[in-house]
Amino acid sequence: MSESEKRRRRVVIAKPGLDGHDRGAKIIARALRDAGMEVIYTGLRQSPEQIVAAAAQEDADAIGLSILSGAHLPICRRVVELLGERGLQGVKLFVGGIIPTQDVHELEALGVAGIFLPGASTRDVIRAFEEALPSPA
Amino acid sequence: MKKVLEVTTGEARATPRQAHTTISGRPIEPLYGPADTVSVDYERDLGDPGQFPYTRGIHQTMYRGKMWTMRQFAGFGTAAQTNERFKYLLAHGGHGLSVAFDLPTLMGRDPDHPLSLGEVGKCGVAIASLDDMETLFEGIPLDQVSTSMTINSPAAMLLAFYVLVGEKQGTGAEALSGTIQNDILKEFIAQKEYIFPPRPSMRIIVDMIRYCTERMPRWNTISISGYHIREAGSTAAQELAFTLRDGIEYVQWCVNAGMDVDSFAPRLSFFFNSHSDFFEEIAKFRAARRIWGRTMRDRFGAKDPRSWMLRFHTQTAGVSLTAQQPYNNVVRTALQALAGVLGGTQSLHTNSLDEALALPTEEAVTIALRTQQVIAHESGVVNAADPLGGSWFVERLTNEIEAEALDYFRRIDAMGGMVSAVEKGYPQREIQESAFRFQQAVERKEKIIVGVNEHVMDEKPIPILYIDDAVEKEQVERVAALRRRRDGARLTRALGDLRDAARGTDNLMPPILEASRAYATIGEMCDALREVFGEYEEPAIF
Repeated sequence: MSESEKRRRRVVIAKPGLDGHDRGAKIIARALRDAGMEVIYTGLRQSPEQIVAAAAQEDADAIGLSILSGAHLPICRRVVELLGERGLQGVKLFVGGIIPTQDVHELEALGVAGIFLPGASTRDVIRAFEEALPSPA
Repeated sequence: MKKVLEVTTGEARATPRQAHTTISGRPIEPLYGPADTVSVDYERDLGDPGQFPYTRGIHQTMYRGKMWTMRQFAGFGTAAQTNERFKYLLAHGGHGLSVAFDLPTLMGRDPDHPLSLGEVGKCGVAIASLDDMETLFEGIPLDQVSTSMTINSPAAMLLAFYVLVGEKQGTGAEALSGTIQNDILKEFIAQKEYIFPPRPSMRIIVDMIRYCTERMPRWNTISISGYHIREAGSTAAQELAFTLRDGIEYVQWCVNAGMDVDSFAPRLSFFFNSHSDFFEEIAKFRAARRIWGRTMRDRFGAKDPRSWMLRFHTQTAGVSLTAQQPYNNVVRTALQALAGVLGGTQSLHTNSLDEALALPTEEAVTIALRTQQVIAHESGVVNAADPLGGSWFVERLTNEIEAEALDYFRRIDAMGGMVSAVEKGYPQREIQESAFRFQQAVERKEKIIVGVNEHVMDEKPIPILYIDDAVEKEQVERVAALRRRRDGARLTRALGDLRDAARGTDNLMPPILEASRAYATIGEMCDALREVFGEYEEPAIF
């Protein structure tokens, strides 16, 4: 298979809920793209339904949610629920933003593959995605 | 085997890759001297404080005459919870109130809207209607306390609520003192809490400025903001340039609508960030005053000196504070607050040490307030106005950053103004680039953040303020009960009138006041406007 035919890792970066702070989401999206992944950025104000639909439509390997508003638990619960309903349990879910350490345990129990708190570097994020997702075939 | 102690020797002490630039990337010389200020003319470029072009301050006596207002941004959970925090701050030396609203309120959504899931009361106080506003200010006399409200897309509704609460307390609108942020341009540029497209949004703002000019002489109609632009990742020069150019845009739209510039310009106000590079920030504040003074007098022909004076609130840089070793944030905030004071701010909010983790606990916000009080009462910096005036370094930086801002003005003017520039995505792209470059600089250790990319250590989490999801349930029930008991016919009529006014050219404040009296919710009023103006979403580019 030639270089151009190898399937790149496909990632949906999403801003769920009402928060408009997209500085981090855009930096991560760009860094993942520069690292050779196919990145789809959903833009702002996405419902969990819209995000999961985008992941299905884009045949995504992973979803990265950017949440700074404190709404991470209800949103992640709903996204995980919807992924299950649509048979997309294989899609890895990552979350970045403002997440109290006391909530990390519940997110991990939901099956979130990686949680990035303030201070995480793009290197950390790239490495986590590379390790969790299948290599380009 | 015994562990060998690692000592940082002289050579290792200088981080080799650390750049001698400001946090914005501006190169700094090792030394400044008289040669750097030969072109500075005192009368033309500086003036005394209170003298055009106001570089040294807008008041002759500055803090000896009047201390800056210690105004801490606050809001979380329900109106009742935030009312308590307001009373706490006022009892502990806070001079005025500053309201933080939750995301549903900011985005014109009711608490039971699907997108409000998980958001109610988390980032600020949940205000769905006049009913909540009455609770928010219960026991707080609006004829004695001034209030700043951080609200943009639904600003007209919150202003209406505030006026009506004052009315119920027996205080007329003309006696109300405060500020409403009401700066939609920076939403498109940076904070992204817009609802309607740019042009209808500008119409709402012009309506509000006109209404306040006629009815609320003690009210600042807009807080033209750079804070959010900076937090989104801009440089100091971009923050200065885009903020003031936004200001120029608002003035132009009001003038185009037939208003006399001196009738409204004195009640425009500004809001800047105070970030980590100490001297760059002070220079930025001084340059802001000079640029605005000259712009108002020369570009707009304003005659009233109050139209020339840039009055501003400052908030220390939230984005610079770390989740790691949060007590270091007390130091960062103190330095940033000091820069704001040395820059001549009229009003100041200091962030709490837990800024990167959650909304502030009572303990954390107390330290933040005390930080201002220590500066005001113990440091002595308030005794002489513009104490850094005449510094070769500071005057040179002031000139440099002014020149960069004027350069941006030329570019944006050539694009047809700020609304056009926003529609073209220009300031948004500039900010995204700066943000990405800064992240790279941090990851390459060209910029050191103590506790994050240097001097990292193991640590235990600190107690934080946690907003229960029960708040959402409570608010949803409260709004449902409100809908049941209010006069449905009056409401329907009022929302119809609001839609009609939006389709025409009548001022939107009177129909918004009437709908608010009828206990329309913010979601209902914004939905009425959504029907007429449509909704805006930016292209998903990264």
